Amino acid sequence: MASRTALLRLSRRTLSSSMAPSRTAPFSTSTKVWHQQAPKSTSDNNNNTNAGKEVETHFGFQNVPENMKEHLVKQVFANVASKYDIMNDVMSGGVHRLWKDHFIRTLAPTPGTKLLDVAGGTGDIAMRFLDYCKETHGDNSAQVTVFDINPNMLEVGKERFTKTPYHNTSQVSFMEGNAENLEHIPDNSMDAYTIAFGIRNCTHVDRVLKEAYRVLKPGGRFMCLEFSKVENPVISKVYDVFSFDVIPTMGQIVANDRDSYQYLVESIRKFPPQKEFAKMIKDAGFTVMGQGYEDLTFGVAAIHSGFKL
Amino acid sequence: MSARTITAATANATIASIRARSLALTRRPAHWTRCATLFTCRSPLEPPTGKLYEGHIPISPLQRSILAVGSAFTALANPLRGDMVAALGETTGGMFLARIRDQMLLDPEGRRILRERPKITSESMQLDALRQLPDGTFGREYVRFLDDQQVSPDTREPVHFVDSEELAYVMQRYRETHDFYHTLTGLPVTVDGEIALKWFEMLQTGLPMTMLSSFFGPLRLTSEERSRLHEYYIPWALEYGSSSKLLMNVRWEEWMDRPVEEVQRELGVQPCPQV
Repeated sequence: MASRTALLRLSRRTLSSSMAPSRTAPFSTSTKVWHQQAPKSTSDNNNNTNAGKEVETHFGFQNVPENMKEHLVKQVFANVASKYDIMNDVMSGGVHRLWKDHFIRTLAPTPGTKLLDVAGGTGDIAMRFLDYCKETHGDNSAQVTVFDINPNMLEVGKERFTKTPYHNTSQVSFMEGNAENLEHIPDNSMDAYTIAFGIRNCTHVDRVLKEAYRVLKPGGRFMCLEFSKVENPVISKVYDVFSFDVIPTMGQIVANDRDSYQYLVESIRKFPPQKEFAKMIKDAGFTVMGQGYEDLTFGVAAIHSGFKL
Repeated sequence: MSARTITAATANATIASIRARSLALTRRPAHWTRCATLFTCRSPLEPPTGKLYEGHIPISPLQRSILAVGSAFTALANPLRGDMVAALGETTGGMFLARIRDQMLLDPEGRRILRERPKITSESMQLDALRQLPDGTFGREYVRFLDDQQVSPDTREPVHFVDSEELAYVMQRYRETHDFYHTLTGLPVTVDGEIALKWFEMLQTGLPMTMLSSFFGPLRLTSEERSRLHEYYIPWALEYGSSSKLLMNVRWEEWMDRPVEEVQRELGVQPCPQV
């Protein structure tokens, strides 16, 4: 479980310290060069005691003031951005690629679709969307806006897109912002809205859903791919062991960051299960077909979908 | 009463009462509950202890084995990952740290270290004062070594995965004194120098991490460095690693103003062959 000291470690870590400059001592247990040590700050403690009256929300299994969660989540993703894709492969054994392929096939975009891919970060969904339109329809007029709160993740996404034929075309654009407030996107302007593995990190999920409803055109589709609850008790136990024992350890080995991955697996447990989330989507005004969701891999992930009618 | 007046009856009564008391204390369980002890061994999925010291991250035995294997491969592939070298040492240290602690308890200096638990930080070492010492003294050479490598005693990764406060201190002390070993032996901070020092430490401490570094580390060397290692460094390490005083027992802080040669003589270590 992420402890209070781990939380403070996360908030104090800066990007510069995670990109270690050259040390020359091999097989040494020194992890920093001497001018890099993090200053001991007591200001974090002061902030926490003053925030006693504020509304709290969950950050993994910890409770934090609401206004701090956004900053902490930003820090987590700044830390993991450079190794995000490798860690996704390590954590899911490559299965996340199958999930995302199925997600885009379920969306089944038609030529000329305008997609808003929120929490799109490193661009997995956006790339698959454009590839699908090109391969299935021979279409080059589909457009995607990759939207993310974290500039580091967007940088990784831009870098990945430079190696594709979509680089420097009008098909892909990048925008930084908060999913709870899409102020620069006009009402009724998007054909489809996707958010893959991002909504559980948002502080106010209901506001995200309301904004999604606002920016979609009538007839537009909202689709969400997210980790969800495993109902089967045997698989659930194996999944728990894997999540809490293997993933933070792999995070430490690959990325030297146990705390960020501890947060990621805890945030999965805190997210509402499939039926509850489907109800939240309905409450935001969307029309859902049937149950409103489809389980993937026994419920490890789920695709939720709603239409604005 | 004197020994002769103890009768057989009172002796038997005494023995019986002692046996009754000891039986009550041990409370030998019935046969079927003794079988249950087969299943109450430590679960591989639960950390065995709570948080015992600052920086302690309790991990389950399953995590420990994954971390041990993963850190071994990562440290070999990328020797600059100091955190992985540290994690490898901690996850495999286990009973060897207890052995080092027991050896420290046999020596009066070692006992003093365990009791007082000195920490080596830049404040406690007073690096500025050491820089003022004359050349050739142990302290001056030590600070020169630190400045060349751009490290300070504060840059070491703290101990995270040892499940005992005292053994965590032993591990921390072992790590902190590593720089002193470099100054003492004169080994350079190159890959082959570090491996030679790991051979030396292996003979001193027997830690599995030193064994792994000693046997697998040379895979990363060029054949010229490897032949140098085999011809000069390893024989030197074999001779002086086992014959010198256990360096974990040395209170380095008190040897700072002595000349390096004197320190080497007292501890029974010859400087490494210069090649």
